[in-house]
Amino acid sequence: MLQKLAQIEEEALAALANIQDEAALEAWRIANMGRSAPVMSVFSQMGALSKEERPLVGQRANQVKLAIESAFAQKAEEVKQAALQKSLASERLDVTLPGRPLRQGRLHPATQNLRRILSILGEMGFQVYTSREVESDEYNFQLLNIPPYHPAREMQDTFYIETGVTEEAERQVLRTHTSPGQIRAMRQFAAENPPNPPEIRIALPGMVYRFEQITSRSEVQFNQVEGLVVGKNITFGDLKGTLAEFVRRMFGRSAKTRFRASYFPFTEPSAEMDVECFVCGGKGCGVCKKSGWLEILGCGMVHPTVLQNGGYDPAVYSGFAFGMGPERQLMLRHKITDIRYLWGNDMRFLEQF
Amino acid sequence: MKLPLSWINEFVQIDDIPVVEVARLLTAAGLEIDDIRFAGLPLPDRDDHGFKVSGIAWDKEKIVVAEIRAVNPHPNADRLTLCELFDGEKLHTVLTGAPNLHPYKGQGTLPQPIKVAYAKEGATIYDGHAEGLSLTTLKRAKIRGVESYSMVCSEKELGISEEHEGVIFLDEDAQAGTPLTDYMGDAVLEISILPNHARNTSVMGIARELAALTGRQMKKPQSPLQTGGEAIGGRLHIRIGDPALNSRFMAGLIRGVTMRPSPYWVQRRLRLCGMRPISNIVDATNYTMLEIGQPLHAFDHSILQQRAAGTPITILTRTATPGETLLTLDGVTRKLTETNVLVCDEHGALSLAGVMGGAESEINDHTADILLEAAAWNFINIRKTANQHNLPSEASYRFSRGVHPSLAEEGLRRCLYWMQQWSGGQIAPDTVDEYPQPPHTPTIHITSQDIRRALGIQIPLPQAKTLLEGLEFQCEIRSSEVETLVVTPPPFRMDIGEGITGIADVMEEIARLYGYDNIPETRLADPLPPQRGNPSLEAEEKIRNLLAGLGLQEVITYRMTSPEVEAKLLPSNLPTPHTEYVRLANPIAPEKRVLRRSLLASLLGIAEKNNRLRETLALFEIGAIYLPQTGDLPAEPRRLAISLSGKRYPNGWDEKPAAKLDFYDLKGILEALFGVLHLNITYAPAENPTYHPGKCAAVKMAETTLGVFGELHPLVQENYDFSAPMLAADLDLEAILHALPGGYPLQAVSEYPPIYEDIALIVEEDTPAEKVEALIRQTGGKMLEEVRLFDVFRGEQIGAGKKSLAYALVYRSPEGTLTDKDSAQIRNRIVRRLENETGAKLRS
Repeated sequence: MLQKLAQIEEEALAALANIQDEAALEAWRIANMGRSAPVMSVFSQMGALSKEERPLVGQRANQVKLAIESAFAQKAEEVKQAALQKSLASERLDVTLPGRPLRQGRLHPATQNLRRILSILGEMGFQVYTSREVESDEYNFQLLNIPPYHPAREMQDTFYIETGVTEEAERQVLRTHTSPGQIRAMRQFAAENPPNPPEIRIALPGMVYRFEQITSRSEVQFNQVEGLVVGKNITFGDLKGTLAEFVRRMFGRSAKTRFRASYFPFTEPSAEMDVECFVCGGKGCGVCKKSGWLEILGCGMVHPTVLQNGGYDPAVYSGFAFGMGPERQLMLRHKITDIRYLWGNDMRFLEQF
Repeated sequence: MKLPLSWINEFVQIDDIPVVEVARLLTAAGLEIDDIRFAGLPLPDRDDHGFKVSGIAWDKEKIVVAEIRAVNPHPNADRLTLCELFDGEKLHTVLTGAPNLHPYKGQGTLPQPIKVAYAKEGATIYDGHAEGLSLTTLKRAKIRGVESYSMVCSEKELGISEEHEGVIFLDEDAQAGTPLTDYMGDAVLEISILPNHARNTSVMGIARELAALTGRQMKKPQSPLQTGGEAIGGRLHIRIGDPALNSRFMAGLIRGVTMRPSPYWVQRRLRLCGMRPISNIVDATNYTMLEIGQPLHAFDHSILQQRAAGTPITILTRTATPGETLLTLDGVTRKLTETNVLVCDEHGALSLAGVMGGAESEINDHTADILLEAAAWNFINIRKTANQHNLPSEASYRFSRGVHPSLAEEGLRRCLYWMQQWSGGQIAPDTVDEYPQPPHTPTIHITSQDIRRALGIQIPLPQAKTLLEGLEFQCEIRSSEVETLVVTPPPFRMDIGEGITGIADVMEEIARLYGYDNIPETRLADPLPPQRGNPSLEAEEKIRNLLAGLGLQEVITYRMTSPEVEAKLLPSNLPTPHTEYVRLANPIAPEKRVLRRSLLASLLGIAEKNNRLRETLALFEIGAIYLPQTGDLPAEPRRLAISLSGKRYPNGWDEKPAAKLDFYDLKGILEALFGVLHLNITYAPAENPTYHPGKCAAVKMAETTLGVFGELHPLVQENYDFSAPMLAADLDLEAILHALPGGYPLQAVSEYPPIYEDIALIVEEDTPAEKVEALIRQTGGKMLEEVRLFDVFRGEQIGAGKKSLAYALVYRSPEGTLTDKDSAQIRNRIVRRLENETGAKLRS
């Protein structure tokens, strides 16, 4: 009997060694591990054995059964691995084929750029204040220290609204800058506490309009972002420091600025701020027209008359204001040579942002 | 304004400072240099100076002063001459075609040699015959059999002006052999004058700025006059009609002048400034204007005398009467209005004040006596008049910025001086001056605290005093309790106010002269104001993000449009409704003559433009529309427009062609948007002429309609070039923002297992799906977690005029595990309710 068991083990393991696939393995399992497997028949013949032989044969039969089972487990793992390898090899993709396209939505580049500016200003404490686009002559000009026929009006070619009124002072205009919002904001805030109006730190973004022919360099509408700071201790040094910080956040920590005297009716002293050309690093290139500097914004200390018109006593309050053209910055940064791309909304342009 | 450096240098020495440094100083102080044009002086040797530079330098060796001693005929060409020319070293025969040398031809040795600008062989100059400016280097050549290697130059060839009618005849003082650049090399600064720099529209103004900026002394011009003859007081009266329009009128007289061309150096400077030399008298008025800043006008005195017929001349200034006309010296009869101010005598108008002279009293070749006007006019009025008659001139350029009346005196004297220098004559011993209301000169008191408050720096008052005195402010430091700088602006300034405005004006001057770059940057020390946020804008931006996230491309369109563009939203067979627009009084083009009332019309314009470029167009815009309001500024409500057309998704390489986007794609986008915004929206069939009558829905929240969307009406679709059905939405963003909830309750997430069940209900075709779903939800109550319509079926099996709606239901209780019995109960309730209210039948 013991001899028979040795033969059973030997034959079973030999048959197993030749097996390659799962079907043969399953057939082998049924033949060698099923109810009618040879080793099982040994167990069923145990009754016929002598009392002495029975433990020996029983022990041996268990050993053979376990050996077969363990060999099967090992073989099953091998067969599974082989099958997996085969299947992985057959499922190889051309990973260079394009991905399945999605419908991609995007924000307009002007929106993206405006948000960047407003977010930097927001971190610096400038709250966004928006105001209307069709304005009275009074708000767009007069309250900003630009009386009718003032030479400063020539700095801004104006679209007028047909209202039947011809007297310049009474006309409606498309705002030429976001500055009328300064007056609206000051008046709104001053009304909260007229004897002691609250300090102001706001950003005024929005579309402004100039009466110009549309060319690659000039547009009838474009965004502007203005900033207004009003408080009891605001100085020209603060203006320089705040704007230099804005520029470092906007154009990089190493961005340098330069302030030149200028003129705006609603600020005094007034300045133009140039930023060292971020394309060439100040060495001079086509973008900065070889000057090494880019004109980025106009600024100045809020004119006493404007503070007064806003309901802030210029003897107590001072402030500064600045204004910039976000689209100009966008064009400089991306070397866009034609401003008409912006409102042309050609998908071939928009999809690049 | 263009000014040559040589002229400025007469008033303040700057010829030892590099030209680009002069430009930099002026630019930093607010006198921006647009362009530097070199006419003789060497160009900067580096190009990192930040200025636009043009022009040529004159080589010292090769371009010199020379004298022409004789002009001989050319043997083979009538129009050419051969000049005997001495260049300081040797004699040359120089061939020229200059017409202004012809009169000297064949006269033999000239009694007085003609001084000219001479370019030798190898000199680089501009090609006089070429269009525009192109450089050429002189080479030896034979012209009509005569050897030529050098040239007598015109102004164009030397880059002085466009003038190429003849060669330059230099003044007598030029010495043959002197390098031309040493004699008259120059560079012209083109300066933009800001509106508050009216005082600087002159050589003297710019020189004063440079003196203050460099700390150098300014040299004031001396104008000694030789006077004699009869006084004019008593023989000339001036009457000013309105001092607000004409604050000063001064007149002087010079008798017995000889009309001739001005000296060459005067002509050259006028040309460098962009003006045309006319005659010594006219040139004197222009030269003085450029030099001092006071425009002047010369009248022929004898004509005025004739008009006065023996009585004293009376000059009066007044506004024109309606219908009055004046023949101005450009030969145009001007129709005048009551805005225009005239200089008149008792017989009528003589000139359009400050803008242009009249033809009748204009000086001519035979004029001997000149009555010279130096006046001050209201700058706003001059601006209006110059614009009205489209007469921009150097005079109106200055008057419309403001010329201080105090300049009249200096201007008159200086001009008489130049007239006498260039034309002889005798100046009357007196002037007549009508100056009814000299402007009030403000006095400004400044403390060092004021300076610290405005500029953030400590500038001691004596230093501020020195800076301001550079610009001719009168300053005095007074020590009382607080040390005060008492400042009086110089008499030529109109831009310095009084009180707190005056302090700001003076601060600007201190800052400019101190140098903006020298003021240190500081951080705001003031308390941070209340941070209010802008919830409305934040919500608008959130909607932008959501729509971009849903696969839509944002566009930004023009606010200006035309009624025709917006009429395309209506079928062409409907009558065009009368719509009130916000109209522009001065549109740039007919297609941009009104402000839009429809955001969708603008958006569809962009969709049409891109139609051939992309298979799918999914666009949105958020922006204002403009609605006129009588007696008020227009309303500017914000709208949201969406357009959608083309393929549902872009085709990949292994898929079936995608279906076209339809109504439900757009609705899906809106549902997703409103879902995230937590708005409780219902959709109802709507009628709108823009949309397909069966494919249009209103977006409603309770009773408020937030907008309409749908597929364009086929007749509207026809108005556009679209290659697929166009879906569009036009929503009231203000209403959406207004409806946004402040917060929203959350549903607890149940821990208990769900029961899934599908039911199909057969209903009449016209039963709205929304109603069926609403009834299911209502009846299912809180045990019904989810309802999803997954199939709509129509067919013979269920009968004509019916549809089957199949819903996947998820039952789940927040409180315990539901049994099949529980769910069956709920389902039965739902089915019964639907049977009762809609006649639905459960499909088995």
